[in-house]
Amino acid sequence: MNKTDVLIIGAGPTGLFCAHQLGIIGLNCEIVDNLDKAGGQCIELYPDKPIYDIPAVPECTGEELTNNLLKQIKPFNVKFHLNERVEELKKNQNRWHVKTSGGVEFDVAAIVIAGGVGSFEPRKFSVKECEKFEGNSLFYSIKDKSIFKDRTISIFGGGDSALDWAIELSNSSKVNLIHRRDGFSGAEASVQKVKDLNDQGKLNLFTKYQMDSVSGDKQIETIKIKHDEGEIKEIKSDYVLGFFGLIMQLGPILDWGLNINKKTVEVNTENFETNVNGIFAIGDICSYPGKLKLILSGFHEAALAARGCFKYAKPDEKLRFEFTTTSKAAQERLGIKK
Amino acid sequence: MAKITYHTHDNKTHTIDVQNGLTVMEGAVQNDIPGIDADCGGGMACATCHVYVKEEWLDKLPSKEDGEEDMLDMAFEPKNNSRLSCQLIVSDDLDGLEVNIPSKQG
Repeated sequence: MNKTDVLIIGAGPTGLFCAHQLGIIGLNCEIVDNLDKAGGQCIELYPDKPIYDIPAVPECTGEELTNNLLKQIKPFNVKFHLNERVEELKKNQNRWHVKTSGGVEFDVAAIVIAGGVGSFEPRKFSVKECEKFEGNSLFYSIKDKSIFKDRTISIFGGGDSALDWAIELSNSSKVNLIHRRDGFSGAEASVQKVKDLNDQGKLNLFTKYQMDSVSGDKQIETIKIKHDEGEIKEIKSDYVLGFFGLIMQLGPILDWGLNINKKTVEVNTENFETNVNGIFAIGDICSYPGKLKLILSGFHEAALAARGCFKYAKPDEKLRFEFTTTSKAAQERLGIKK
Repeated sequence: MAKITYHTHDNKTHTIDVQNGLTVMEGAVQNDIPGIDADCGGGMACATCHVYVKEEWLDKLPSKEDGEEDMLDMAFEPKNNSRLSCQLIVSDDLDGLEVNIPSKQG
C-alpha cells in the first residue's frame, strides 16, 4: 500500500506541474500513468512538433517541455507508477483507497485527475471476429517475439511499429505486411528496406488491402484481406499483428460518480474540484464555462487544485500564500541552499 | 456561410448552417451532432473526427496536407473518401457538402 497525500492520475504536462505545485506547498504525491513514460499527449502525439504558446517559452517541442517539467519536479522525488491504469476507487473514512490495473494500491487524502482525453489504448481492428483471437493469436503489441519463430505472421499498418516489426520478424518468420495505401507514415529508410525485402522475396507486401475477416478454431488459421477495388485474397496466417496507433479512452473514471459532460469532467473554477469532495480534475479532462484546452490553462488549474488538496491532506493546518522568491519553506522544499 | 449535411450512423440527417472559417468538425461539435469525438481538438494529432465525404465532393475539397493521410491510417475503417473533418475549413464553396459520420471513431 502506497500512502501519500495526493494521487495524480496522468503524467502529462498538467499532472507534472501539479506535482510541482503540491511539492511547493509541502504535500507529497505519486503519479500513475497508463503509458510507459511521462509526458502524456506531448510525448505520445507530438514529441517533435514545436509548441509556441507556453508563456515565456517562445518555442519548444513536446519532448523538451516534458523534460523541463521533470527537471522542475526533481527536488520532490515524485514516485511514478507507469504502465498502470487506475481501476478502482473506494472511500475509506476521510481518505481514498485506489487500485490500479497492475494491483498497485494507494491510500490518499485527495485525487487529482489530469487524464487528458483519457488513457491511451491501442486502436483495434474493426472486424468483429478479431476480438475472439485477441491475446492468443492476434496482438496489438509484442511482449514475447520468440513465439513467432518459423510461423506465418500478418502485420497490418503503415507506421514505424508495423515497418520495424515486419523487418525484424522477417529474419525468422514468414511475414506479410498489409497496408491500406501505397504511402507509409513510417521512416523513409524503413519503407525502402521493406520494399527491398519484398523484392528479394523475404517478405510479402500487400498495399491497398485491409482486413476483411479472420477465421480459425482456437487460433487464427487464415485471414482474408480486401483490395480497394473489391478483390479478396485469402492468406494462411498463424498470427496477426495490428499497429494502428493509440486511441484515448476515459475508461473506469466514468464509473466514479463524477459529473461527466462530453467525455470531460465538470469542475468548479475556484479550486477545480469535481462534484465529489476530494477529487479534482485539471487539464484537458476538465470542463467549465470558458475552458480552453491549452497547456497554460492546465498549469493554472494545477496550481489551484494543489491548494484545494491541502485541506484534505492537512485538515488541522492553515495554508499561507507565499512566493517562491521569498518563501524559506518553499526554497527548502526545492532543495535550494543559500 | 455554407449548408453542411451530416449523415449520422443512426440514419439521421442534420443540415446545419456553418459559418465560414469554422471547420466541418467544429460545425458538428458545436451543434451536438453525435459521432465526431475530435479528441485532439483539431490538431491533426488523432483520427477521431473522421468522416466519409460524398463522392461528388471529393475533387472539390482542398487536397490533403502532409500528415492527414498518415492520421487516416489510424482511423476506424478508412476508405477512399475518408477525410479528417478538422482539416475541412468551411467557405461558400463548401455550400451543400454532405458527409457521413462512421459508426464509431475508434
